[in-house]
Amino acid sequence: MSGRASQETSQGVTLKEPYARPGQQREADFLGMYLFLASEIMLFGVIVALLFADRFRHPGAAEQAAQRLKIWIGTANTAVLLTSSLFVALAVVAARAGKAKAVTGWLAAAVLLGLTFLGLKGFEYAEDFAEGVWPVLGRATPGNLFINLYFVATVLHAVHLTVGVGLLSWAGVRVKMQRTRLPGQAIVIEMTGLYWHFVDVVWVFLFPLLYLPRP
Amino acid sequence: MGKETGQLLATWAALMALLAITVVAALAPIGPVKGLVNIAAAVVKAALIYWVFMHLKQVGGFLRIAAVGAAVWLLILGAMLYADISTRV
Repeated sequence: MSGRASQETSQGVTLKEPYARPGQQREADFLGMYLFLASEIMLFGVIVALLFADRFRHPGAAEQAAQRLKIWIGTANTAVLLTSSLFVALAVVAARAGKAKAVTGWLAAAVLLGLTFLGLKGFEYAEDFAEGVWPVLGRATPGNLFINLYFVATVLHAVHLTVGVGLLSWAGVRVKMQRTRLPGQAIVIEMTGLYWHFVDVVWVFLFPLLYLPRP
Repeated sequence: MGKETGQLLATWAALMALLAITVVAALAPIGPVKGLVNIAAAVVKAALIYWVFMHLKQVGGFLRIAAVGAAVWLLILGAMLYADISTRV
């Protein structure tokens, strides 16, 4: 099977069936990615809803349990992710302008920040464990429940971030090897970027809900 | 530096400022309002990222609705959840 038929337009866009025009294909690409990310909003949204429910049912428990977490690592990691998003956005601008070298540079910088986030998170987990901050199974206090949600949310987020690091690296290598040609195929960088920014958005909500509850 | 690059840098600066506001609000002795400040800052941050970094600014109305629809469904979920746990006896 050779897959769908495709042809290259004069602007270097690879036009696939059933699309007649590049703009139509582009809109479909964005729609598909936005809807996929909408399904991810629901996945993380349920965890956020549980955090709200826990706080509503057990006033004070989250405020107490959250003080056992490392607020400064959480803050540093937020700054790291927000900056990585800037780098990915700059990679998209460069991709649209056909500047392949700049694209690989910005993507590499973003990958480095992604790895920094994961490294800091790993260090933080080690510190958590050393201080007895563990997930608790079975009968848990409201405080334990909060810590359990902290682990579920941050591990799920770290899995997404790891996928994002893989995608950014893959896109960077493709541009470097000229398998993705710019600016015609800038959509590859744009879609990878959407995923990365979304993982950033998830953290933007997890950070205050997990690290910042204070009396 | 192009106009678009300048906009991206301004957005990043705004995001970092919101991060600073949210951490200061959490640690300052301002009582329960800090929770609201933190959620509001997170919503504004997410809106900035979606609007500028995730290109909602550049796409049409239909795509915008598709992108943020889930946030509306989530608000409905939250309202139902609140109606449940706040009325239990």
